[in-house]
Amino acid sequence: MSRPGVGRSYDVVIAGAGMVGAACAEAAAREGLRVLVVEPDLCGGGATAAGMGHLVVMDDSPAQFELTRYSCARWKERRDEFPEQVEFRETGTIWIAADEDEAVAARKKGDLFRAHGVAAEWLDPPTLAECEPDLAPGFAGGLLVAGDAAIYPPRAAQSLLERAQDRGARVVRDAVVGMKDREVLLRAGGRVPAAACVVASGEAARHWLPELPLGVKKGHLLITDRTAHRVRHQLVELGYSRSAHGDELESVAFNAQPRGTRQILLGSSRQVGVTTRDVDWPILRRMVRRGIRFLPGLATIMATRVWTGLRQSTPDSLPLIGEDARRPGVILATGHEGLGVTTSLGTADLVVSIMLGRAPPIRAEPFRPSRFGSPP
Amino acid sequence: MVDLIEARVVVIGSGPAGIAAACAAAESGGRVLLVDGQSEPGGAIWRGAWTGRVPAADPAPVWFDRLRRAPVETAFDTTIVGRVGPHRLLAAREHRSIEIRYDRLILATGARELLLPFPGWTLPGVVGAGALQLLVKNGLPIAGARVAVVGSGPLLPAVAASLRARGASIAVLIEQASWRALARFAGHLMVGHFSKFRQALALKRAIRGTAYRAGCWPRAAVGEDRVRSIVFTDGVHLREEPCDWVACGFGLVPNLELAAMLGCGIRDGRLTVDDHQESTQEGVFGAGELCGVGGVDLALALGRIAGHASVGDRVRAERWMSLRDKHRRLATRLEHTFRLRSELERLCEPETIVCRCEDVPFGSLRGAASARDAKLATRCGMGPCQGRICGPATERLFGWTDRSGRPPLVPIRLDALADPPDS
Repeated sequence: MSRPGVGRSYDVVIAGAGMVGAACAEAAAREGLRVLVVEPDLCGGGATAAGMGHLVVMDDSPAQFELTRYSCARWKERRDEFPEQVEFRETGTIWIAADEDEAVAARKKGDLFRAHGVAAEWLDPPTLAECEPDLAPGFAGGLLVAGDAAIYPPRAAQSLLERAQDRGARVVRDAVVGMKDREVLLRAGGRVPAAACVVASGEAARHWLPELPLGVKKGHLLITDRTAHRVRHQLVELGYSRSAHGDELESVAFNAQPRGTRQILLGSSRQVGVTTRDVDWPILRRMVRRGIRFLPGLATIMATRVWTGLRQSTPDSLPLIGEDARRPGVILATGHEGLGVTTSLGTADLVVSIMLGRAPPIRAEPFRPSRFGSPP
Repeated sequence: MVDLIEARVVVIGSGPAGIAAACAAAESGGRVLLVDGQSEPGGAIWRGAWTGRVPAADPAPVWFDRLRRAPVETAFDTTIVGRVGPHRLLAAREHRSIEIRYDRLILATGARELLLPFPGWTLPGVVGAGALQLLVKNGLPIAGARVAVVGSGPLLPAVAASLRARGASIAVLIEQASWRALARFAGHLMVGHFSKFRQALALKRAIRGTAYRAGCWPRAAVGEDRVRSIVFTDGVHLREEPCDWVACGFGLVPNLELAAMLGCGIRDGRLTVDDHQESTQEGVFGAGELCGVGGVDLALALGRIAGHASVGDRVRAERWMSLRDKHRRLATRLEHTFRLRSELERLCEPETIVCRCEDVPFGSLRGAASARDAKLATRCGMGPCQGRICGPATERLFGWTDRSGRPPLVPIRLDALADPPDS
């Protein structure tokens, strides 16, 4: 990392070198902008490293569907740009329907996906069992979304940041604490003249922009030892986004991902407003029980590591992407909850279109921070 | 509800230090629970002796006898998973979860072998010296096989002797410490620790006829799908010795993971303790190799001090301090004698695998600034062994320390994590 040159000015300072910040840096540098990335820790060391790295099309809302669909398409177009260590694997996703009601919902999801060019195939129970022989019997079927994929996110973020640096971007170990009169203020005392500042760190946003409607949802993940057990696709229960089991504040849902090493990544949990990073054993217990219910063979295999991550979330579960109405020059790119890795490339394209005054590749309105109104 | 066990003093680890600590705490009037992940007491050093599978070396019988008679509760096959909260640990036994509550905690988690990477060390047939000894104890046929014993420390001749007793032929014993350092150490033993000197002489007799190469270290294990020979050097000449097995060990490293998880201070690779073995966390004590590798006698003395002190019996604790100091002086000598030479940090080629679980080569780690940086870039230390093998190696090679241990402390069955199951 280098010090920003004294008196040097930038077109854009990016606060945070997580997946989203790194993608924004790369996209801006590709446009020939002068970019400075400010990160107090390691690239991709925060929520980026804690997640599963599932690239997934989601349709909880039309806007989410548009952003995830566009972003997944961008990942696929660009996959050859990434080194082998990013571990891009087209695992596909199977959304598992527990009963007939969920089967109806899954088929509807499939219709929507296909109508927008996303391959989706309904698997009846025998076909599901054939695709995933170790899944417990008795499910009503599953929806296979073959184009979904999985990556190792920290390496992907580093790779994007390296490419930004190849195009002249600079990286400095510091934190952005404010922006005033077209100068970005750094924690160590530096002032960097810049036309814009992209806030791609929930942590930075929380301290500097406390009025933003950002909350935290804590999650747990577990990885198993190598196993002869077979999981071929990323398996997610259909009720995942509705938080199948629990209440609004605390819930678990089944989510399993095969790793290339024959290990299985197992999720997921969601605890609203919890900011401690310790493992919460009771909720982990519920999460693991749920995993065993879907994949009974998990019971006797070994867990080698359990960890937690904090997802930055907004009241409508859509990220904040766009200008901060109250602070000229400040552009937000945060609050992606569990979809920061998936939507990083789409977010970066949106941010660049805003900076350059171009037409956005997808509708930008649903993500505008002003949708929540201005605080008093 | 999760099963619950409680005691005033909980001792984690039942090697010599843990046994001594449990007995001492009970003698001083504490209600004691001794917990171990193995099915019997003894730790790595006395493994198998409790049930008589392996003859018990002195002073194991005395201590086993004390443990049998002491009012100490035991929980074997019980592994510590992590911390639940203040004075609360989560443990697992087979498919059950157990919560352990304590007032005082004594950590006696021992040490493990240090393995250093060198070209060819991942070939089948190259194993840890202690691991090979254990495999043979458990029935691996070794008679007639040629074994090269490679590394450093007093464990190597002991391993060589025990393998030889089972019919192996020791192709060569390669000790990185110099002859001069070994001779000085022998002189010191003869003067100050005569019983140890006799033990050393007995070992020397047991491996009589073996090519003992001091001041030498490995350069490469050679073979295609299995090791065929070991190439070693004295810094000037290269020699090659055919063999069927390479048993490596570069000394021991303390198992500090639980201590780190509890927030105990750690310095220079050992638990920080005061004169009464209390760590920087009030009520958490440490004993044995955790506080610096020093062998059985020191571990027993430290265990006694920790056990008595844990229940406030400072008078009894202080009786063992002069013995502790004597054994600690020997431990310091030992450490000095077998200090690893810097050449061992330069054995890797760029393509030599450092993290076996994730196949991370040496070359891809050189640019990293820290263990965490390396993890994020290469997954080094993130595989099934969770850095238990490559962590101490990268600490030596690159100066990284990683005490960010995540639960579970050891792999644990998912049904134990899920216990109690859905009602």
